[in-house]
Amino acid sequence: MPVKGWIEVHDLHCKGCALCVSACPQDVISLDMERLTPKGYHPAHLIADGCTGCAICAIVCPDAAITVYREAPVHPQKAPASA
Amino acid sequence: MMTTPVKPEIQVVYQRPDSFTDLTTHYCPGCTHGIAHRLVAEVIDEMGLREKSIGVAPVGCSVFAYKYFNMDFVEAAHGRAPAMATGIKRVLPKNTVFTYQGDGDLASIGMAEIIHAAARGENITVIFINNAIYGMTGGQMAPTTLPGMKTTSSPFGRDVELSGYPVRMCEILATMEGAGYIVRRSLHDAKHIRQAKKAIRLAFETQERGLGFAMVELLSSCPTNWEINPHEALDFIAERMVPVFPLGDYKVNEELKH
Ligand SMILES: Cc1ncc(C[n+]2csc(CCOP(=O)(O)OP(=O)(O)O)c2C)c(N)n1
Ligand code: SF4
Ligand code: SF4
Ligand code: SF4
Ligand SMILES: [Mg+2]
Repeated sequence: MPVKGWIEVHDLHCKGCALCVSACPQDVISLDMERLTPKGYHPAHLIADGCTGCAICAIVCPDAAITVYREAPVHPQKAPASA
Repeated sequence: MMTTPVKPEIQVVYQRPDSFTDLTTHYCPGCTHGIAHRLVAEVIDEMGLREKSIGVAPVGCSVFAYKYFNMDFVEAAHGRAPAMATGIKRVLPKNTVFTYQGDGDLASIGMAEIIHAAARGENITVIFINNAIYGMTGGQMAPTTLPGMKTTSSPFGRDVELSGYPVRMCEILATMEGAGYIVRRSLHDAKHIRQAKKAIRLAFETQERGLGFAMVELLSSCPTNWEINPHEALDFIAERMVPVFPLGDYKVNEELKH
């Protein structure tokens, strides 16, 4: 199962430059044309499942507007060797 | 066998560096000055240098850098940041002193200051943003403007017969004995941005280890004055700037290699 990740885009910092949109290897970001930030930009947002939390969007963001989260892989506890 | 379901743990993979203030920058959308700022802030956080760092801001689009970094900062006269950094570092040798300068600032009006700071081997770190243009003043030709490149003061393209050839700062400064670390990197994609960050780290380590003058040149975009969109501007760096300003290590002190 692919790692589950997601991003949060900060409304005051995002300037809608779309560099994250073209850089995302999973193609799950686009600009939200329904919304304007207080500064008047269409902010980036997630549009589909499939974010892996790779952080490439955050690395290319010129405004440090993106926080990236990921669910840590869970390793099921092994039963003790001797009962 | 029964296994109790474990609630997945949530990790923060990336967040804004502590060395940034909460202010939104005045940079144009997609301008890679912002990426360069962020890398410097991340390196300062990771090396734990914030309390003792003193930045020197230039004249140019990054004139307000002091507002965006959450640390001590001063503002220099145009091109004079290396001279100011020299004074600060000599008076406060235990502090970490760095300049952040554009190509108009560093390679035009400030050419003398940067050359002599390197020649003297001043133990400072210089972050040099080469966007091949004077961004702040409306896109005039810089010493780094590419041959044939259109700017507001070379509307038919830079004519090398009239205005000469681009100045390559890494190549010049690498000849200085006082230089410990001189490299050129680019900000045009995630892979190159990661490499740029490693170089910025080494440029600060050069200073912390007393190995002399350190400069990282970063090829950077100016979508507004290049009159293309931010994504096309990254392609312009890769396709047009890199051939004129080859990426690489121009001088690396032996001690930094291990
Ligand atoms: C003494 C002096 N001369 C000229 C100027 C006008 N001036 C302001 S910024 C600038 C050039 C900025 O270009 P660069 O250093 O490349 O920075 P960028 O804006 O491209 O990041 C010039 C010539 C000035 N402010 N002071
Ligand atoms: S973390 Fe990676 S996969 Fe998720 S949105 Fe950002 S670039 Fe796309
Ligand atoms: S790269 Fe950053 S500023 Fe640009 S659209 Fe994406 S989140 Fe917004
Ligand atoms: S004018 Fe150019 S260098 Fe200055 S902030 Fe805008 S895009 Fe960046
Ligand atoms: Mg410039």
